[in-house]
Amino acid sequence: MKRAGFTTIWLPVALLLPQLMIIAIFFYWPAGWAVQSSFYLQDPFGFGSTFVGLENYTDLGSNSEYLRIAWFTVIYTCLVTFFSLAIALLLAVKADKVIRSARTYRTLLMWVYAIAPPVAGFMGIMFFDQRTGPITDAFQVFGWDYKLGVNYTDTATAMVIAAVWKQIPVNFIFFLSGLQSIPRSVNEAAIIDNRSSTSRFWQVTFPLLAPTTFFLLIINITYALFDTFGIIDTLLKGEPGNNPMTLVYKVYLDGFRGNDLGGSSAQSVILMVLVLILTVFQFRLIERRIHYT
Amino acid sequence: MKLLNLSAAAIAASLAAQAAFAETEITWWHAMGGQLGETVNKIAEDFNASQDDYKITPVFKGSYEETLTAGIAAFRAGEQPNVIQVFDAGAATVIGAKGATIPVQDLLADNGVDFDINDYITGVRYFYADSDGKMIGMPFNSSTPIMYYNADALAKAGVEPPKTWEEFQSVTAPALKGAGYIPLSQSHLPWIFTENFFSRHNLQFASNNNGYDGADTQIMVDNPAIKAHFTALTEWKDDGLFEWYGTGWGDNAKPFEDGDVAMWLGSSGSFGGLLKKDLGFEFSATMLPYWEAVTTEPTQTFIGGAALFAMSGMSAEENKATAEFFKFLTDADTQYFWHQATGYVPITEAAYDVAKADGHYERFPAAEVGIEQLTLPAGDFTRGYRMGFYVQIRDVMNREYGRILTGETSVDDAFATIQEEANQLLARFAKTQG
Repeated sequence: MKRAGFTTIWLPVALLLPQLMIIAIFFYWPAGWAVQSSFYLQDPFGFGSTFVGLENYTDLGSNSEYLRIAWFTVIYTCLVTFFSLAIALLLAVKADKVIRSARTYRTLLMWVYAIAPPVAGFMGIMFFDQRTGPITDAFQVFGWDYKLGVNYTDTATAMVIAAVWKQIPVNFIFFLSGLQSIPRSVNEAAIIDNRSSTSRFWQVTFPLLAPTTFFLLIINITYALFDTFGIIDTLLKGEPGNNPMTLVYKVYLDGFRGNDLGGSSAQSVILMVLVLILTVFQFRLIERRIHYT
Repeated sequence: MKLLNLSAAAIAASLAAQAAFAETEITWWHAMGGQLGETVNKIAEDFNASQDDYKITPVFKGSYEETLTAGIAAFRAGEQPNVIQVFDAGAATVIGAKGATIPVQDLLADNGVDFDINDYITGVRYFYADSDGKMIGMPFNSSTPIMYYNADALAKAGVEPPKTWEEFQSVTAPALKGAGYIPLSQSHLPWIFTENFFSRHNLQFASNNNGYDGADTQIMVDNPAIKAHFTALTEWKDDGLFEWYGTGWGDNAKPFEDGDVAMWLGSSGSFGGLLKKDLGFEFSATMLPYWEAVTTEPTQTFIGGAALFAMSGMSAEENKATAEFFKFLTDADTQYFWHQATGYVPITEAAYDVAKADGHYERFPAAEVGIEQLTLPAGDFTRGYRMGFYVQIRDVMNREYGRILTGETSVDDAFATIQEEANQLLARFAKTQG
């Protein structure tokens, strides 16, 4: 049996090299640097430094505020992921059934995708503004004394709503194409067997959408953990005060605003490990149960 | 034809290079946006026009924090600017990194520029100095917290601006509330109601002479006087005598500008901006009130804002240019221009005299309040503070103060937490200096 392949080792290496170099320069090198810095407390200008071993990590573990931020991040990620997936799925299912001017509906729903996170944050500020925001006024009609930037829960609400709103179009696009790739014959067979469209959806359509949903789940968790930074930064206006924030924002605050290189390196290493565990967990445990067609 | 164009361009370029060769070029990274940035550019243009040997280029680098971080990254890469603006809370970081900057006092002396620290007004002199009183950073945009008031509102309520918090509590605030106003808001709890609260009452804020004498400092914020003040704040808030609109500066200033809030504690540097906004009511300012129960001899406050630092690792010619620029900047006329345009205080006695002689304070009495407050009698603890990781310490204060004012925690618990977390941060900072 003859193996098909390159006759020399150098050609594949040369072809891989650009990609490997990009990964090395933009990931491995800074990641290694972060791991090293996390064992030191150093003067940001680079004059003094003390090796502190694991102290940067133990300080975080004993800091009740850090744990509170971690807990908020978990809740925030769950809420953003759940609502942006659920609402997008609902919209996609409905849009899939529209026959007249379907294109217009779809374009309108995808529109938001083009908005940058900081712009989404600014729109959040405008809508939720303490004094002039229309959503604030609406909440007050229902007796909710809503105050962005003053009350912890109120700020968290604005963060979740802005993040969900920004993410729905991405999920919508994927769900819609997922729905359209389900063979017509399967649906038709299901209609004969089952007249209830709700149970048809859960028993036939939803399982067939599982690969899309699984892919989007990972994308959305990563989005909520990392990509909502712009929204959070804009909503907090650079002054977190007593408002909630996510772990990645805390890394930025301590590292780039507070110049605590050791502490923020330790935090980014923790995040790196978390993402690694999450990814392994998702692929090992969840993916086994999903059948790709 | 193409060749001719090219050679013409080459000649033009070499001519321009020759013209530039005679000048020493230096750069200045700053954090002054908007109107303030335009004033900074004007100062740089005036300096460049005033002589032919040096040319300074100001570059806006974002917020105070972003400017400092950009400066640090540039320094580590060997690409630092000649002059960088660093704010009050970042002073410990930049001064602690000995070797990152040239003390401004040395820079001026080495380049033959006269320097006498007594030329500077007292509240300005020592904030950016080392423990021996040597000036490290050149105070630039120097401000101090003062109380602005809506003169129409006070007239309507029939009250005078309060001198003490007791007067505010028993006379001013109830009358203003009766006249339909929210009596008071403020824009920066750590700066106005903590750092300058300690200075106004001459209370010790941290060990080691408020941190100036060493990095192994402990904060002393858990003090009965400030706790009584925050207890009063929560009571005033409940009674409708005070309102808090979150941690953001502008969120608390806006209701005053809109005429809903009658008195607002802000920066003396806010004056220029308020004047340009055409508020629709007469406004003026008075000094930061004090508690008579704490002291009957209130002392001065110290400067906030930022200072200019000369970064090290530059050539002798460039350092000479930086020294000449500092000389231009501290000139009485330049300072008066800056003071008029922005409301930041003039940093030298000479500039203050020029402003007085010109009748600036007869036209705008509010413009003098900051400098008067900075020249009040000094005390043992009115110089300022020097603490590392102070940006994070302020974040802790803002967080806990926010929780006090939203009823999530008690005053006692909040101050215990601030003291504990701040001391942990200070201990961590001390290790970065090792």
